[in-house]
Amino acid sequence: MSDLRDLYQDVILEHSKAPRNYREQPAANHKAEGFNPLCGDRFTVYITMDGDSIRDISFQGSGCAISKASASMMTQLVKGKSVAETEKLFDSFHKLVTGHAPSNGEADLGKLAVFSGVSEYPARVKCATLAWHTLQAALEGKQETTTE
Amino acid sequence: MSIAAKSVSAAGFDVERIRADFPILQQKVHGKPLVYLDNAATTQKPRAVIDAISRYYEGTNSNVHRGVHYLSELATANYEAVRETARAFLNAADHKEIIFVRGTTEAINLVAQSYGRANVHSGDEILVTEMEHHSNIVPWQILCRECGATIRVAPINDAGELDLDAFSKLLNAKTRLVAVTHVSNALGTINPIRRIVDMAHSFHAPVLVDGAQAVPHMKADVQALGCDFYAFSGHKVYGPTGVGVLYGKAALLEKMPPYQGGGDMIISVTFEKTVYNRLPYKFEAGTPDIAGVIGLGAALNYVTRLGIENIGAHENEVVRYATEAVAAIPGVRLIGTAKEKASVLSFRLGEVHPHDIGTILDQAGVAIRTGHHCSQPVMQHFGVEATARASFALYNTKEEVDVLVRSVEKVREVFA
Repeated sequence: MSDLRDLYQDVILEHSKAPRNYREQPAANHKAEGFNPLCGDRFTVYITMDGDSIRDISFQGSGCAISKASASMMTQLVKGKSVAETEKLFDSFHKLVTGHAPSNGEADLGKLAVFSGVSEYPARVKCATLAWHTLQAALEGKQETTTE
Repeated sequence: MSIAAKSVSAAGFDVERIRADFPILQQKVHGKPLVYLDNAATTQKPRAVIDAISRYYEGTNSNVHRGVHYLSELATANYEAVRETARAFLNAADHKEIIFVRGTTEAINLVAQSYGRANVHSGDEILVTEMEHHSNIVPWQILCRECGATIRVAPINDAGELDLDAFSKLLNAKTRLVAVTHVSNALGTINPIRRIVDMAHSFHAPVLVDGAQAVPHMKADVQALGCDFYAFSGHKVYGPTGVGVLYGKAALLEKMPPYQGGGDMIISVTFEKTVYNRLPYKFEAGTPDIAGVIGLGAALNYVTRLGIENIGAHENEVVRYATEAVAAIPGVRLIGTAKEKASVLSFRLGEVHPHDIGTILDQAGVAIRTGHHCSQPVMQHFGVEATARASFALYNTKEEVDVLVRSVEKVREVFA
């Protein structure tokens, strides 16, 4: 049995209880809604772009501890990053939570390495990646996305 | 008191012996004994059902209603014997009122598309309740969109009970059909079907009852209930997936057009004119799930042999014990506290998302359902996006409830 603490690490629990950048941005120039029909998780991601870089990013919505903490920590990580850097980070994060070995030159996920425990819980991968899929949809100019 | 003596409930129901009938219950999950509490989603299958399906494929497999050869006659006889079993199970007046379908969902779609398209017109109304499963909402929405009718929704109160006054006020001369669940899958509420039927019939509106969550737990006597259609799924009553039953009053079924066209539902076909088969075959186009029907027959026989009243009494005792124990956990909010309930214990734990509860319980070997249970209007009523739902069957024990309670305590520790 995997230790539950591998999944529910303190930093994840802390972010789920007090998510960062948890606010609406009425003036955001990119916005998308992400929905996981399996469990009803629903987040809106707001982005204000400055040229090619993410000047401000925030989110709102409801979801489980994993999805909320992932959204919170994602906003901290990608703020100030370019679209290309953000895509690389998502790629690295996806490999991390699905248990795929990182390749050379992988983007540095920093604190988000705590999500490695998710790879032991296949049913929860969609929770961890919902905010990232929503971010991607927002950058691509889509209004909404689902994990299905 | 020995363990064996302890697990014999007040109803004289020998749970340990019954558990031995279910091979899947003997396994461990994440190193812990499986505690299967997701029975409202699907029930486990007793050896009798598994063996009946194997025996059919090993010794009887053949197409029904077609061949003159030995195996085809045997398969047909076995298949039709289950129709009689299902008739007796529901106490229908005639075996031709029993239509085999894929499940409750297909049964409701059949009535919506066949009865509905012939009888529901622009300006008419279909009355449903706020506690319906999506499968008793969406088929009516599709019908209403096609024919210009309107869906009316009878509300529930904060205990999760149907508001009968509001229901009666929504009935009127334009009501063409009432579609209501016997037992709510999300809340466990048992609806007073006989009263609902009487009210609807006073407006000449037929009543379809979604019995998916009722037949595993209580006697569903369609003549006593007085309903016009009754639907259930085999897999929720210990049978296989992919098979279910639609009961319909013969007088209504006779007048309804076919649902699907194909083989078996016809008497003669020419390009100029096709004569449809008599009941019940008019509604069974194509080769049916013969093995599934055989398995369903074994499941209904299994339940009948144990006695549905004994099953219900045992389950009620376990559910009452579970409800008290879970409600006593600090931070728990029960969703669905109707006076008349069966099988289901839906709850929230503080601000913890049900999905997190589900994962932590799973690590303890406890299988529950977390999510909206295909009943999003119910979730909206209670202002939640999801609940954790434990649902009980004839093989569950109070000892398993204790494991559930300890696991929920563990969730509190992790999220303290």
